[in-house]
Amino acid sequence: MIAIIDSGMGNVGSIANMLKKIGAEAVITNKKEELHEAEKIILPGVGTFDHGMECLREAGLPDIIRSETLENKKPLLGICLGMQLLGKRSDEGKSEGLNLIDFETKAFNIPKEMPLKIPHMGWDVVEFTQKDKILEGITGQQRYYFVHSYHAVCTNKENILMKCDYGYEFAAAVKNGNVYGTQFHPEKSHRFGMRLLENFVRRV
Amino acid sequence: MYHRPRLIPCLSIINQDLVKTIKFKNPRYLGDPINAVKIFNDKGVDELCILDITASKEGRGPQMEYLQDIASEAFMPLSYGGGITTIDQMQKLFHMGYEKVVVNTAFYQNPKLITEAANLAGSQSIVVSIDVKNEILGRKSCYSTDGTVKMGKDPVEMAKKAEDLGAGEILLNSITNDGMMEGYDLKLVRAVSESVNIPVIACGGAGSILDFKKVLQEGKAHAAAAGSLFVYYGSEKAVLINVPEEEELLKEKIYKDL
Repeated sequence: MIAIIDSGMGNVGSIANMLKKIGAEAVITNKKEELHEAEKIILPGVGTFDHGMECLREAGLPDIIRSETLENKKPLLGICLGMQLLGKRSDEGKSEGLNLIDFETKAFNIPKEMPLKIPHMGWDVVEFTQKDKILEGITGQQRYYFVHSYHAVCTNKENILMKCDYGYEFAAAVKNGNVYGTQFHPEKSHRFGMRLLENFVRRV
Repeated sequence: MYHRPRLIPCLSIINQDLVKTIKFKNPRYLGDPINAVKIFNDKGVDELCILDITASKEGRGPQMEYLQDIASEAFMPLSYGGGITTIDQMQKLFHMGYEKVVVNTAFYQNPKLITEAANLAGSQSIVVSIDVKNEILGRKSCYSTDGTVKMGKDPVEMAKKAEDLGAGEILLNSITNDGMMEGYDLKLVRAVSESVNIPVIACGGAGSILDFKKVLQEGKAHAAAAGSLFVYYGSEKAVLINVPEEEELLKEKIYKDL
């Protein structure tokens, strides 16, 4: 059973739809017991950093997310804002993050001479920067759907799983042991995203 | 850096039928929308826009259950427009897996809705659709309610207003060019694109991928949407769901490595 954390506003429906297509059992929840019972956890999120942390705190979830991933070594996948919440802090707010991966979330700082709009919205290609179970069997050019104005800046290179280029290179996906995060939306990236979620379900 | 502007099939539905109009009129029945969505999903399109074109005219809201069925087959960015008048409807749609809502009639009738929605869900989720018809003496006027009610407003002014209210994107539709497959209204698209900072999706008139190229490069659109081009094949307009090949788009430099 995979627990999809429901933090109020969000695209939990799309993630549930894709897991169903993959054939994985999932529950949309914000109950501690269900997170404890689940084999894996997905942390989605849209909106602002502080609001995202606030929603988790209101449901009393930060501690259980930390203990399930750090002590019980449960695989977790953060998506979009859900990924950003895994870091230490964000330019977007004042709250402390979940601090599961050593990165900070920074606002895009596109060189002025480049005619690039913020948010970075649309499909973009990525480059895998290391081997990992979640990437097993995935070959050829991969592209994913992004919508974001902020991105992760990792302290250590080994936490970067994929990189993407929008004005400059940034971390498109991050990992630390059993904790994963993607800045893009696998649930909205049809066959490309489905491969990645399938690997999260079956191989991680 | 790889530049890949979004090319978006815009699917019109009436009740639970997929249709295609000409100048917003004479809907031709094409088939089952869910089947079309499955094919677009397999072909890997960038994004899909579903428009229930008679909802506002009939004074009803979105067909939630049916839209849920569509969403469960669409694993790409998905937007929906048609009969949206409340925040509650938007929340239901977001929850089902639509990440953008498209508002046209309510934008004129209740502009505050746009601001309220943007504050709640973020601007990136709120698309204002501006439907434009060419009038005499080269004038262009905005219409609501599926092109049936003339608002007498200027498209550039309305686009700026939508941006000020908090919309994150403009879906700019030319009623005059709809279904003609003779090209976009490049002047209109360019005028609107240059007057706002938010992305403009051009729609209405695409007949070939060269039209995509023109509207993205000359029209300065952020994305190109089309109906007929994605559902018709050949000069006889045989119904066939089709998507341009990546190689073709690269060859025409619509996609490119920067």
